[in-house]
Amino acid sequence: MRRFFPHPALSIAIFLLWMALNNASSLAHAVLAMILAIGLPLLTRRFWPEHPPTVKLLPAIRLFGIVIYDILLASIDVAKLVLGPTKRIKPAFIEVPLDMQDPFVGTLLASIVSLTPGTVSIDIDRTRWVLQVHALNVDDREATIRAIKARYEQPLKEIFSC
Amino acid sequence: MLNAVIQIAFAMIALAMVLSLYRMVRGPDATDRILALDTLYINTIALLVLLGINTSNSAYFESALLIAIMGFVGTVALSKYLLRGNIIE
Amino acid sequence: MSIWTETLVALLVLVGASFTLLGSIGLARLPDFFMRLHGPTKTTTLGVGAMVVASAIYFSVTDPGISLHEIAATLFLFITAPVSAHLLCKAALHIAHKPDNESKSKD
Repeated sequence: MRRFFPHPALSIAIFLLWMALNNASSLAHAVLAMILAIGLPLLTRRFWPEHPPTVKLLPAIRLFGIVIYDILLASIDVAKLVLGPTKRIKPAFIEVPLDMQDPFVGTLLASIVSLTPGTVSIDIDRTRWVLQVHALNVDDREATIRAIKARYEQPLKEIFSC
Repeated sequence: MLNAVIQIAFAMIALAMVLSLYRMVRGPDATDRILALDTLYINTIALLVLLGINTSNSAYFESALLIAIMGFVGTVALSKYLLRGNIIE
Repeated sequence: MSIWTETLVALLVLVGASFTLLGSIGLARLPDFFMRLHGPTKTTTLGVGAMVVASAIYFSVTDPGISLHEIAATLFLFITAPVSAHLLCKAALHIAHKPDNESKSKD
């Protein structure tokens, strides 16, 4: 089984993506999606040297819901700031110390931070494991750091158990 | 009702494109222009999706998808060029 | 198409167009590059996402079969937006730290 599916999650993702792109229209597309789902991970296995991390499904779904909700809030937040007087906005660069040392999870956290209210991630310092973010409007740096750690980093650590 | 809303949405997207174009012309930095170009790409996707709904033709969507992919690759290549001076290392 | 789906599609299109416009207003109005970055990455992405979902609902109702490829496009947009924002940030920092630009204060 391992020989044909080196990355089961990737295979499932390819299958679902191909079916979505073709509106799940016919059985022929399902067969083609099967071929792609088996073939592509085998062809590209050299690009994925590590084994995929195990994911806890329930916390992942909960985090997904939180992120979707926060994306909505973020847009309304930015909209309010954009339409108001721009002089009153107080931007700042903030460094958030990370508790984990996993490049993949770090990237995921950076992407979530970019899409959620008030902050865009700039860089992850891989020597100190610090996430640099730019916040659009901050009153309290500590509160921003605490919010990021509690709302996104904690669930991510739980999901990937690291 | 949907028709009227779509006409309003067309006007809003057009205004958004004008604003992005303003930022692209104005600059001041190269990164501002790239950001404006990226926004213009996304605005174009919105315009094409809207056009698809307006004409009840789902073929527009395929081109929107292509523009999304091309826009992303273009933005990444341009930022990479600013960052290192060459694109493929 | 029933009145309810039409209302839903109209609402999503209107919300999407408003957010797209707001993102561009942010891009044009805000004074600093890093502040400008917030508009397009969050607001515009959500706006286009909403319009794409509207398109998915519209074509699922009017055409035979369901329209799924819009979901793939939404996913693509939401995955790529942070990546391009991140790269642009890095490029901007790189330019700002060049010696010949040091005299211009960046606050």
